[in-house]
Amino acid sequence: MQRHVDEEFAELKTQILRMGGLVEGQVQRAIRALVERDADLASQVIERDALVNSLDVEIDERCIRLLALQAPAASDLRFVTTAMKISTELERMSDLAENISERAIELNEEPQLKPYIDIPRMANWTMTMVRECLDAFVRADSKLARKVLSDDDFVDNLTHQLFRELLSFMIENPATISRAIRLTFIGKYIERIADHATNIAELVVYMVEGKIVRHIDPSALLDKSL
Amino acid sequence: MATGSDARLPVKAESKALSFYYGALHALKGISLVIPERHTTALIGPSGCGKTTYLRCLNRMHDLYAGNRYEGEVFLYPDGVNIVAPSVDPIEIRMRVGMVFQKPNPFPKSIYENVAYGLRIRQPVRRTELDEAVERALRDAALWTEVKDRLHEPAWALSGGQQQRLCIARALATGPELLLFDEPTSALDPTATARIEELVTDLKQRVTIVIVTHNMQQAARISDFTAFMYEGKLVEFDRTEIIYTNPSNKLTEAYVTGRFG
Repeated sequence: MQRHVDEEFAELKTQILRMGGLVEGQVQRAIRALVERDADLASQVIERDALVNSLDVEIDERCIRLLALQAPAASDLRFVTTAMKISTELERMSDLAENISERAIELNEEPQLKPYIDIPRMANWTMTMVRECLDAFVRADSKLARKVLSDDDFVDNLTHQLFRELLSFMIENPATISRAIRLTFIGKYIERIADHATNIAELVVYMVEGKIVRHIDPSALLDKSL
Repeated sequence: MATGSDARLPVKAESKALSFYYGALHALKGISLVIPERHTTALIGPSGCGKTTYLRCLNRMHDLYAGNRYEGEVFLYPDGVNIVAPSVDPIEIRMRVGMVFQKPNPFPKSIYENVAYGLRIRQPVRRTELDEAVERALRDAALWTEVKDRLHEPAWALSGGQQQRLCIARALATGPELLLFDEPTSALDPTATARIEELVTDLKQRVTIVIVTHNMQQAARISDFTAFMYEGKLVEFDRTEIIYTNPSNKLTEAYVTGRFG
């Protein structure tokens, strides 16, 4: 039977996707602002964070309303509670894009320390994870979600590699310290964005399968009995 | 209380300081309540709070029993007739204000006759017009496809849920402006209940609805506005989502959280 409440669920899904699209754009623009040393683009990212925040509030209110008035059960309940949590993860991602932009503006005050190779690589990989975790949500695809969980290691490894490289710059020449530290922060922010993408992926697994897979070792997750 | 843009909603009916007495028993105490047009307003509250008593004032059902007395006014718009004025004919009111009861109560007639009856007693109607009106009412009540090939079979042969939809079709046939539901799904199983709830949500686009229910979740699911009553008084009236997420009155909060009643 087609239910009126199904329209409300569809609208909620649309709002999450809208927020996801905005956040993907924020991250993309923040990285471009860094690589192209574009302070205007960085400022745009900082301003647009308010839009993402207001969507987060709207989605929260929508979910509370659905819980209060419709008392959803089973997969409907998992969908609504997952949507509430996903919007929080997306809002944090946008905050991190804002942080990247702030560091990018600061980095423009000095010459570029080195060609940016690892940071764009990390960023592209992370943005694929963000796209895939949202695809997994839309399509209720827990297999894709589990794949995103295993992709996190690549970003973590690159973060360590970046830090080791920047550390050697700092040891060799103290004049590079302020730039190197800012770049380290940026690497950390990208790594945190990837972490939020894995959080979303874990939530999607819960939504689809009803299993809570948070705080389990990713390699163990390929064993579907967990 | 509902404020802001809600204050500009067209009003279908309004009670002003409505009181009601079952003989010496003072059952309703000065209820002033606005019923917004083409929205669903739910009346909730513990047993004996007066919600069904209030509902039955809206179509003068209390007139059927001696010793009952109305005080105050109940206006039906757009003309502003005072429903409870002694000079106003209750039959005329009941053509404009329909009612669906808790226990499905179709007439001991055919499905067709149940719907046609109200149309026929008013004035002679041509057969083709009657057929059209019956079909329209049955479609509006989401029953047509199930009964179109057996319109002349007896109504008692239908299931409980179907009988209730037939009663809704019967009420809709006379083109009422206001439709009153008195615990319409209490006697039905969950599937039939869900179908009636979907129907009520559809109907409010065409007709203003007031529903009494002791099922709080049902009121939450299908109503736009909720009035909480207690011991014959109106305690709080607001958008349903406010009543169920952040009510103003502590008594309302205690009721909707299940701490009493």
